[in-house]
Amino acid sequence: MSRYFIDRFSRRIVFIFGMVAFLILVFIAVFILKESLPALKEVGVVNFLFGTKWYPSHDAFGILTMVAGSVITALLALVIAVPLALGCAILLAEVAPPRIRNIIRPAVELLVGIPSVVYGLVGMIVLCPVIARLSGTGSGSSILAAAIVLAIMVLPTITSISEDSLRAVPIQYKEGALALGATRWQAIHHVLLPVARSGITAAIILGTGRAIGETMAMIMVIGNSPIFPTSIFQPARTLTGNIAVEITAATGIHESTLFATGLVLLTLVMLINSAGLLAYRRRA
Amino acid sequence: MIGLSPKLTQKLAWGFVWLAGIIAVLTLVFIIGYVLAKGLSAISPEFLFTEPKGGLSGEGGISSCIVATLWLIIITMAILIPLGIGAAIYLAEYAPDNKFTRLVRYSVELLAGVPSIVFGLFGFAIFVLALHFNYSILAGALTLVCLLLPFLMRSAEEAIRATPQSQREASLALGATKWQTVVHVIMPAAMPGIITGIILCVGGAVAESACLYVTMGGSAGMPSSFLSGGRTLAVHVFYLAMETNALDKALATGAVLIILILIINLSTKWLSQRFQAKMSGET
Amino acid sequence: MYHGMKRRLFLLPLTGLILAALVVGGCGGSPSGTLTEGGSTTVQPLTDKWGEAFEAKNPDVNVIVQGGGSSAGVKGCAQGTFDIGAASRELKSSETSDWPDLVVTHVAADGVAIVVHPTKSITDLSLEDIKNIFATGSNDTWTVINREEGSGTREVFEEKVMGGTEVSCNAEFLPSNGAVKQKVASTANAIGYISLGYVDSSVKALSVDGVTCNEANCRDGSYPVTRYLNFVTKGEPEGLTKEFIDFCLSSEGQRIAEEEGYVSIK
Repeated sequence: MSRYFIDRFSRRIVFIFGMVAFLILVFIAVFILKESLPALKEVGVVNFLFGTKWYPSHDAFGILTMVAGSVITALLALVIAVPLALGCAILLAEVAPPRIRNIIRPAVELLVGIPSVVYGLVGMIVLCPVIARLSGTGSGSSILAAAIVLAIMVLPTITSISEDSLRAVPIQYKEGALALGATRWQAIHHVLLPVARSGITAAIILGTGRAIGETMAMIMVIGNSPIFPTSIFQPARTLTGNIAVEITAATGIHESTLFATGLVLLTLVMLINSAGLLAYRRRA
Repeated sequence: MIGLSPKLTQKLAWGFVWLAGIIAVLTLVFIIGYVLAKGLSAISPEFLFTEPKGGLSGEGGISSCIVATLWLIIITMAILIPLGIGAAIYLAEYAPDNKFTRLVRYSVELLAGVPSIVFGLFGFAIFVLALHFNYSILAGALTLVCLLLPFLMRSAEEAIRATPQSQREASLALGATKWQTVVHVIMPAAMPGIITGIILCVGGAVAESACLYVTMGGSAGMPSSFLSGGRTLAVHVFYLAMETNALDKALATGAVLIILILIINLSTKWLSQRFQAKMSGET
Repeated sequence: MYHGMKRRLFLLPLTGLILAALVVGGCGGSPSGTLTEGGSTTVQPLTDKWGEAFEAKNPDVNVIVQGGGSSAGVKGCAQGTFDIGAASRELKSSETSDWPDLVVTHVAADGVAIVVHPTKSITDLSLEDIKNIFATGSNDTWTVINREEGSGTREVFEEKVMGGTEVSCNAEFLPSNGAVKQKVASTANAIGYISLGYVDSSVKALSVDGVTCNEANCRDGSYPVTRYLNFVTKGEPEGLTKEFIDFCLSSEGQRIAEEEGYVSIK
């Protein structure tokens, strides 16, 4: 076989390989949409999205409580994680001497690789009993437990992207500020952070996407109650947990509603991640 | 801040920033330390080589989980590696710079953000049910391929793009075809970076649980082939934690997982350093 | 030569890993018969034991057991994922109309015990009280533990205790008997329901209207919340499936059921 033939042939093969990821995405989106349609038609989009009762055996398919569960938990996780992550990012980018940096950076990176079930396990064993004692009742499975676990999980993501953004700020900006007599903190606060703002926003948005997509750790510590929680000590249910626990058993319209839940999840995460990608591309 | 001198503000800011770093490190140390401290003592040769009893007792070990995880990784990588590298080669070397390529790139980024349970939903409906693979390692592997593909593509493409343009040009100047250049010049140079990407994907596969929970079934027995169902180590931790009171076994399995992840992280670090040395050495 | 050598060095450990895995995975001898069972977590420990005993008698057989809940068992059986679907309830009308070829075989019986934490002083509740607790949901007195949608145990509980009143959504939902038992055993004011076969010293089973939940009372029907445990098959059981089910219904199989804390039916 001549090498020119191989060259032309390989072009076609490689093109097909290149399309696979694109095709998988399209296929997943189309498939989930198709499987959701029966539910959306029979239950109605408004009833489904804004219904407050999820009770499949009595034909109630409202996911609002679970949207609330996912969103509130993610937001609370961000409230905990973002200040810590920004602090770590500033520490790693500007403040810490190289020796310390070489300890903290790998430590933060290692947090990413730990399986989510391990976080859920430690959360169940250590965190939930503490929360149970604090709230006086219940088993400790709560939004608070879930938010803390999520915060630990998204911390490394937000930290590393923020740190990269801070480092990407041209050094002349900082030197200019220092030359004008600013303290290092003033330089960071008034020059570096504003310039790195879109990168940091991207980091936070991508962290949110990760938080909303988490499943197993949530099932272990959030209690899976399809209610609107009125306090952070109450249990709730996430969209992801709902799918995982019911998909192997659901039939008929119920099964279709779970695909519709997946569609909502997919849409939510894609919107969040697209916003994050856009912010990331606009960074310094 | 009004009323506070810049020096004082800086001291406070520095204090907060250091506190954040300490909290992050302490959290990591606590989680890993807790799991290893409580879990390592339960790890023994017996634990590693006995099957779990399944059901409530939590008795037995994790041998079938180790085998299931191994099988899963082998099958996933066997499909993922050629697919990921091929796609990366296309995007880095062959794709024209037009709207369609940008769309393809964008779809890879989007795919990377899809939650793993959505892959599980898809995998359950297609691989388990529609294609009749039933709850099996194969169904899990195919689902994992979809999940991990964007990540391998990113790493591989980065590694390929990092190879010096001069080498490409030299190869073509000597009369090699593009494909020959890719195979004999670019691939070997990009290998360390690609292998780092592969090892990271293995780490991702080991840590994954949601999509495998719904595609591999929950059977605790030893899988007899890749068409058998089973539990990976991560999924087993979930079952132990939820259904049994054998929390010591759950922590032990968690410890095994953490050790695996540590090995994987250290390998990628070592390989990245070699990659850097190679690049700076040769160029 | 340098490049070729690098590639060969890389392939060697990879091949070694694959070979090692194949050896460990035991691909040398595949069992002559594999029976896949899945579904009800109530039936799961029993099928585990039955499977063990059956495998001991028939060394070439591999019985694979998993959970997922009764509805997952019926669905799995109907769609061919399981040879036997285990259900701790009877078939629903939607299931019989969707899949008319499903055949149900009673293999044992079981009661649904109402359990609380062992330190709770309470020992008896009326059916009405239980219904009210579960309808109200979690509050300062009780933390209510419920099962997920596909649970056969929940179906039976809702039918025989709630009788049409809805269980409150303000409860913790867990995906298996084992998980409920775990949660009740570790939460001071929890109340939940699990299969009689799961009850042990880590939880306290309440008597209902004065009737203790035990095998005798479930067998004669004086305990109000009882059900058959069923194996569901696509069409009449045949071949390996039939052999296994026959074993479960044999005197040895039923003795195993008694030993495990379930109610034998033969």
